[in-house]
Amino acid sequence: MANPTGWKPSMEKEAAGVDAGIVGLLGATRGLVMEEPLVFEQGSPGRIGVSLPPLPAGADAASELPAALLRGEIAGMPEMSELEVVRHFTRLSQWNWGIDTGFYPLGSCTMKYNPKSSEALARLPGFAGAHPLLPTSMSQGALELMWKLERALSEIAGFPASVMSPAAGAQGELVGLMMIRAYHVARGNPRHKVLIPDTAHGTNPASAAFNGYSTVQLPSGPDGRLHPETVAKAMDDDVAAIMITNPNTLGIFESHIAEIAEIVHARGGLVYGDGANFNALVGVARPGDMGFDVMQYNLHKTFATPHGGGGPGSGPVGVAECLVPFMPLPVVVKEGESYRLVTDPAERPQTVGKVREFWGNMGMFIRAWALIRELGPEGLRRVAELAVLNANYVRAELKGHYNLPYETDTLHEVVFDDKLQKEHGVTTMDVAKRLIDHGSHPPTVYFPLVVHGALMIEPTETESKETLDQFVAAMRAIAAEASADPEALKAAPQKPFRARLDETRAARKPVLRWTPGMKVE
Amino acid sequence: MNVPDDLKYTRDHEWARIQGNRITVGITDFAQDQLGDVVFVELPDVGDEVKKGETFGVVESTKAVSDLFAPVSGKVVEVNAPLVDAPETVNEDPYEEGWMIVIEASDPKELGELLDASAYRKFVEEEQE
Amino acid sequence: MRYHPHTPGDVRQMLDVCGVSSISDLFRSIPEKLRLPRGLDVPAAVDEVSLLAEFQRLAARNRTEHPPFVGAGAYAHHVPPAVDQLLLRGEFFTAYTPYQPEIAQGTLQALFEWQTFVTLLTGLEISNASMYDGASATAEAVLLATRSTGRSRVVVSAALHPEYRKVLATYLASTGDEIVTVPYGEDGRTDLAALSATVDDRTAAVVIGYPNFFGVVDALPEAAAIAHKAGALAVSATSEAVSLGLLQAPGALGADVAVGTLQSFGNGLSFGGPAPGFLAIREGLLRQMPGRVAGATIDRQGRRGFVLTLSTREQHIRREKATSNICTNAGLAALAATIHLSLLGKSGLAHLARLNHARGRQLRDAMKRAGFGQRFSGPTFNEAAFEVGDATAVVERLAHKGIAAGVPLSRWYPDDPRMKGALLSVATELHTPELIELFAQSVRG
Repeated sequence: MANPTGWKPSMEKEAAGVDAGIVGLLGATRGLVMEEPLVFEQGSPGRIGVSLPPLPAGADAASELPAALLRGEIAGMPEMSELEVVRHFTRLSQWNWGIDTGFYPLGSCTMKYNPKSSEALARLPGFAGAHPLLPTSMSQGALELMWKLERALSEIAGFPASVMSPAAGAQGELVGLMMIRAYHVARGNPRHKVLIPDTAHGTNPASAAFNGYSTVQLPSGPDGRLHPETVAKAMDDDVAAIMITNPNTLGIFESHIAEIAEIVHARGGLVYGDGANFNALVGVARPGDMGFDVMQYNLHKTFATPHGGGGPGSGPVGVAECLVPFMPLPVVVKEGESYRLVTDPAERPQTVGKVREFWGNMGMFIRAWALIRELGPEGLRRVAELAVLNANYVRAELKGHYNLPYETDTLHEVVFDDKLQKEHGVTTMDVAKRLIDHGSHPPTVYFPLVVHGALMIEPTETESKETLDQFVAAMRAIAAEASADPEALKAAPQKPFRARLDETRAARKPVLRWTPGMKVE
Repeated sequence: MNVPDDLKYTRDHEWARIQGNRITVGITDFAQDQLGDVVFVELPDVGDEVKKGETFGVVESTKAVSDLFAPVSGKVVEVNAPLVDAPETVNEDPYEEGWMIVIEASDPKELGELLDASAYRKFVEEEQE
Repeated sequence: MRYHPHTPGDVRQMLDVCGVSSISDLFRSIPEKLRLPRGLDVPAAVDEVSLLAEFQRLAARNRTEHPPFVGAGAYAHHVPPAVDQLLLRGEFFTAYTPYQPEIAQGTLQALFEWQTFVTLLTGLEISNASMYDGASATAEAVLLATRSTGRSRVVVSAALHPEYRKVLATYLASTGDEIVTVPYGEDGRTDLAALSATVDDRTAAVVIGYPNFFGVVDALPEAAAIAHKAGALAVSATSEAVSLGLLQAPGALGADVAVGTLQSFGNGLSFGGPAPGFLAIREGLLRQMPGRVAGATIDRQGRRGFVLTLSTREQHIRREKATSNICTNAGLAALAATIHLSLLGKSGLAHLARLNHARGRQLRDAMKRAGFGQRFSGPTFNEAAFEVGDATAVVERLAHKGIAAGVPLSRWYPDDPRMKGALLSVATELHTPELIELFAQSVRG
């Protein structure tokens, strides 16, 4: 009998490893998970997974289009029944970790629960079936929702207006810097430099460079904070902006922010806020009140729109009064009782233009607005309070078991490192992989770059004390294991469907698509 | 950490083997160890001019990317083309098979500014602290 | 609050462990003067029953009872229910970027399948794991071309989607690269003589729509040849990807880079977003490719698996030297397209594409019978521009009947008198012959 997967009973034993029978501290066991080839490697000629209307009589594309521009069926396309496709993707999903599966303390990513009701709302036919170029009279519901969300986001972060169109936080950053550049150009000099603290996300220098700015990296102080004197020393009339994440990627609030903003403003520069960590501040403090001139929101972080395995995100951008004329289009406005989009640059002659086709990720706006409606003012404040409580609880419980490189107060996330474990030859990567065996997604690792072997933990507000206790127990058990049996850690993870994957091989001999007869061994 | 005595070094972790005005260049054992598994090497073309201290190529591992800096100015007269298909050679044999380019030096005075083996060893130790 | 599990007892115990007496103590690092002294001015919280009712009211204010006859970059197609039910598996939609490959094999294998589908559709060798949308993918393709050629001028067809051109212009305003636009002819295709006269040895890329904004199957092979002669890259942009089931692959016609959106597969309209942008390239351009990419490898036991690879091109490692600042892309929208393409398969895709072409023909026939000719003479797929007199008035009149008629082309081409009466409309498998007939009669009034 053919055995295309090459499975042998002995493989199970080999894969079982040292403790596959043990239940992880967050409940992980080895489930019944299936091997599953690519869609291109299964099915049978002649199968189909859709039901479509028949071709009308006499339809013949070849009579209208030149033969050189036509193609027949595409060789290599799969041929599968609906059930085969459904099983395929169901099995693939079972190889994945999601928030719905378990704890996901990925620092800086804010993996909070994604409400199911939001999914139902985004699928209402009036939203899902709305064409972006519907006449204004036919799309008032979508426009009203956009307008209301724009008003709410502006209020929540303390800005007079928000750009809605950026497709993700990183594109929001690009837009922010485009507006900053346009602002300086309008004043006669685009300037050349952007100041970025060493704790920044990689998108910051990339966005600055894209806008033609050279970046000056600022060291954070021994307390993990950026200090006014550091900024004052680097600040001159050629600095267009400073980019600050607050709280920063160490989870530490930049408490000198107002003073720093003053220094930058005094020399004509602007202050960009990376809103990646805004979850710590919702309802408690507003970037617009601290001196920030522009900040991108990541709706998939703070406002719980699904991360979707890496997008789609949505990155609206709040702007101060001085940047309003430069906002990219469209801008949604309310006139009397009706809503419309401003899309003609004639109405906004200083606009930087347009960064995305149509109007933005409406699907994400619906979900974000649903969460804001369900939370209300008190609930929104509770988001920050409970996120900060959860992170500080984990910090208190893990301190001593893991090295805390900065003693400074932290808000919604905390960064440990592997200094104590390294004495036994155990690294952050080993800890991360062992956590998987216990039934948790690992924290963000090796970021921020200022901490060697960083383990960045962000529990978010939607996790219960019990889950945090189990996570703490698992982390402590791993710390104990690191000193008692470091070799066992090196073999982790044992429980997932795949053992550690060879990333070097993937990069040296890139195989980036299926081709007939493809073999990876 | 292997630091052969017969080579010269830069503070950017390149080594230089000096044979008359032909300078063979690669990255040091320390550099390849820090980078981890090298997966990609980008080198200049024969005939390109390089300037001391400026980048002549790129070396990448799965986790990091590093520019390559010319230890001396001059013209590239030879390139180790097989590295492009076998970047692992940089890890396996950084000082021999893993060489990258040969430069025909245009300014012999620059050679004097390179570190010798003991100075480089000391530099690495200090940098690590 | 159903999303916040903390009981008062939990909070008390946790505060004790933290060594503080109240939650506000945990915020002591925020100076008093920077804290918000009031509640946020947003509407009061609602329960789920009210929430549903409120959103249903809003959704009902969008008129969607008929499939729209508007295309212009976003297309209404039938999405099999199986797609959405699979997408709703929480393991897919509540996962993040697959940074821990051992527990993200589902996302990674699906991305690898997406990449393969994109290469099959485009006839190119390499695809990344998706882009934000067709417009920014076009801008990224041009930036890729400027990096790989070392040139800073891009030649764009005026028949390329105007939204794509606007986004391109916005991106290039930052880099300082130059855009030159060449006109279209009476057939709605790019004016090849003008193109030939414009492309020179400073040109990094030639960009044309395929099909273009007017629904016309543009002269891609000829445009690619002109680009190649000058050492420039040929970039094709496709927003109605169903056409690629009937039309020759851009890669086979000379495109070096193919971009666009696969929104037509598995993704609803959702007022224009999200949609899965794609970017495919010839092999030699790999190091210049922006965005994430999944690759095959093996695990410690020799079993095939997938990882994100070649990440050194990206912002989180290369920072200011990255090929792009793109980070999050359109993963879930790409998954929707992947599932739909798997269901369609070889014969389903060919059938869907031919059916769309036939519907376009039925629309053109019905409009002709109603007295409306086509604006352009070039061959079309499922979309075409019609001469309807006052296009804006037609759109308004049909809106009252709940029919989205199309878009007046004068909106994007105000300076071209030929566009004055032109209405761009589409018909897909969702438009029955009866609805198409009703539409044509309604346009006549």
